[in-house]
Amino acid sequence: MTLNDLQETKAKELATRKKIVLRCCMAAGCVSSDAKGVKDQLVKAVAEAGLQDEVEVRGVGCMKLCCEGPLVQADPSNALYIKVTPDNAPAIIAALKGGKAALQQADPNSPFFTKQEPIVLANCGLIDPERIESYIAADGYLALHEAIVEMEPKDVLDAIVKSGLRGRGGAGFPTGLKWGTVAKSPGAKKYVICNADEGDPGAFMDRSVLESDPHAILEGMVIAGYAVGADQGYIYCRAEYPLAISRLQNAIRQAKRVGLLGAGIFESPINFNIDIRIGAGAFVCGEETALMASVEGKRGTPRPRPPFPAERGLFDCPTLINNVETFANVAPILRRGVDWFAGIGTEKSKGTKVFALAGKIQNTGLIEVPMGTPLRTIVEEMGGGAPDGGKIKAVQTGGPSGGCIPAQHLDTPVDYESLTQLGSIMGSGGMIVMDDTTRMVDVARFFMEFCMDESCGKCIPCRAGTVQMHHLLVKLLAREANARDLAQLEELCDMVKNTSLCGLGQTSPNPVLSTLRFFRDEYEELLQPDPHAAPQLAAKP
Amino acid sequence: MNTVLESPKTKAAARFAQLLASDKRYKILEAHIKKFQHRQDALIEVLHKAQELFGYLEDDVLRYTAAQLKLPASRVYGVATFYHFFTLKPQGEHNCVVCMGTACYVKGADKILAAVEAQAHIKAGETTPDNKLSLLTARCIGACGIAPAVVYDGTVTPRQTSETALAQINQWVAP
Repeated sequence: MTLNDLQETKAKELATRKKIVLRCCMAAGCVSSDAKGVKDQLVKAVAEAGLQDEVEVRGVGCMKLCCEGPLVQADPSNALYIKVTPDNAPAIIAALKGGKAALQQADPNSPFFTKQEPIVLANCGLIDPERIESYIAADGYLALHEAIVEMEPKDVLDAIVKSGLRGRGGAGFPTGLKWGTVAKSPGAKKYVICNADEGDPGAFMDRSVLESDPHAILEGMVIAGYAVGADQGYIYCRAEYPLAISRLQNAIRQAKRVGLLGAGIFESPINFNIDIRIGAGAFVCGEETALMASVEGKRGTPRPRPPFPAERGLFDCPTLINNVETFANVAPILRRGVDWFAGIGTEKSKGTKVFALAGKIQNTGLIEVPMGTPLRTIVEEMGGGAPDGGKIKAVQTGGPSGGCIPAQHLDTPVDYESLTQLGSIMGSGGMIVMDDTTRMVDVARFFMEFCMDESCGKCIPCRAGTVQMHHLLVKLLAREANARDLAQLEELCDMVKNTSLCGLGQTSPNPVLSTLRFFRDEYEELLQPDPHAAPQLAAKP
Repeated sequence: MNTVLESPKTKAAARFAQLLASDKRYKILEAHIKKFQHRQDALIEVLHKAQELFGYLEDDVLRYTAAQLKLPASRVYGVATFYHFFTLKPQGEHNCVVCMGTACYVKGADKILAAVEAQAHIKAGETTPDNKLSLLTARCIGACGIAPAVVYDGTVTPRQTSETALAQINQWVAP
C-alpha cells in the first residue's frame, strides 16, 4: 500500500457511489430490534422497484438516537425514519420517489443532532464498518501515512502533547505525557493496549465506536505504536460485546490484507500487529494493571503502582494503555491539525467528549459535544428532559466510580475539573438521568452492591468494606438503621476511599458520598431513633 | 502380578488420550490450543473456546487445559472461578439474561427479574431442576438505548416488561 493506492481506493469507492443512499443502522441496539430484517427487505424492495442502479442500501454504524431504532436515513433527502419494521421497506422506497407515506420520522434538525460536534463519531452512521474501502473513502489511514512516511516519532508525540488531548477513560491523564513516558522508557519490546473493557453499567460509547468505526481505533493504535516504538498491540474487549469483537476481527483482517497492519506498513520498515483479547466479565479489569494481568491470562487483580505500566507493564515491558475513545481522537488530530483540535473545548479540557445518554430521558442515545458544554444543554435541550412530564432530579456520571449531580447544578460545564469539584467524575461517559421517582439511597445501594460483587478480593478495605457499606445501606432502606449507623457508614466511606489498593476500591464510596452530600435528607428520613442514645433529661417543671 | 504402580502423570495422560479419542470436542480444543502455540497467556482464550464447545467448564476440561498449557491446575481453576463469564456448572437448555445495568435498573429491570424468579422458582444464577432454564443477570450489555433489555438464548430483546418476559419464559418452563 502506498499513498497512491490509498487515493485510488478512495476514488474508486467514491465513483461507485450511487445517487441515493439508504443508511441502515446496524449497531447492537438496532440489530436487536430487527435492523437486519429491515435492511434485507430494503434491498429486496430496491430490486423489485428496479432501482439497483440508483439506490444503495448501506449497513452503517450507530446513528445515535438509539431509543427510536431501528433507524434508516436517506441521502441526500436527509429523511430519518424511526422504529422501522421490515414491512415499511416498500413505503420507504416509494417515499424516495416523492410519494407520501405514513412513516414515523425524527427531525434531523432537532437539537439532539445539531448540538453535536462529531470528531470521534464523525464516521458513525455514515460509513460501512465492515468494509475498509468505506473508511478509506472518508480519508481513513491518511493520518497514518502522514505519521509514518512524513513524520518522526518525536513529531507525532509533539503533536499529541500540543493538542492537549487527555485520556477519555475517566481520569483525564494527559495523553501526550503518557506517550512520552513510554517512548522514553528503555526496552526493546513495548506494547500498546486499547482498553475496550467498558464495564461501567450505563455506558455504551466504546461499544458504539468499535461497532461503527473499528478502523479508526486500529489507525490510532498503529500511530501510537509508531510514536512510542512498539510493534505489538492488544485490544482488550469485553465478552459482552460480540458484535464489536467480530467487527474488530474483520477490520484487522482487512487492514492486514492491504498492508496497513502487520509487516512493512506503507512499505516502510515499520511493523505493527494487533491481537484481540476477550475479557471474561470482571469489572476490575478496566483498571490498567488488572487488565494487563488478564491479557497475560491470569486472574484480573490489580497491583500497586508505581511501577506504572509506562515503565513496567505487560510482560514487564513498557506499555501504553489508552481508552477506545482516546485512540479514536488520534487520527483526526493528525489529519486536521493540532490547532484545530486545541481550539475546541475549554482551556484545560480540549476536544469533545462522547456521552451515552440513558435512563429517564426522552432521547436516549449517543452524543458528542465540545468539552465545557453545560449539563443542562445535554439533558434538557438534546435529551429532551424527563419523559411523561417527570422532573429531572439528578444526573449520574462516571458509573460506580462517579457520583450524582443534582438538578440545581445542571448549569455546570462538563469538563474534568468541574465534575470532580461536584464529587463526581467525568468517567468514561455514561450519563444516567434520574427523575423524581428515583430514590437516591436505593441508587447508592445499587452501586455498592455492584462494587461488592466486583471487588477482586485482593485488598481488605475494598473486600470487607464494600460488604459492610452495602449491609448498612440495606439496613437503612429497611428502616432499621439509626444515626450511629449513618455515622459508621460515613466513617467506612472515608476508610475505604483512602486505603484501597486500586481505583475500584478508592472510588467505590463515591456514589454514597455524593448522594449524602446532595440528598442527605433522604438518608435522614429513613433513620430510626437510637435506642442506646443517652436519654434526654426531662425538663424540670 | 503387576507390581509397578502407574504414576499419576501417566494415568492422566492415559485419561486424556481416552477423552481425545472418544470426544471430538477435545480434538477441536486441542487444535485451538495449538493455534495459540500452547502459550500460557492464552489461558482465557482457551477457556472461552472450551466453554463455547462444552457449555460449561467441567473438571476434565480444566485438567486437560492445565496439562496442555503446562500450568498448575490451581492456576486454571483460579482463573475459571475469578471471571463471571465462566461457569463450572452445566447450564439449562435455554437461558435468560436480565441486564441489570444502571439504565435498565432505573427502568425497572429489578421487577422483571423478580417476576421471572417467582415464575420459574429459581434465583438469578440458578437452573431449574428439569434443566430447562438458566436465569442469569448481566452487569450491562451496553444496550442502554433500548432499556430494559433481556437476552433470551443469545438474542437481545428491547424494551421488556414483566409481562413480555413471562410470556417468553412460559414457552420454556411449565408455569
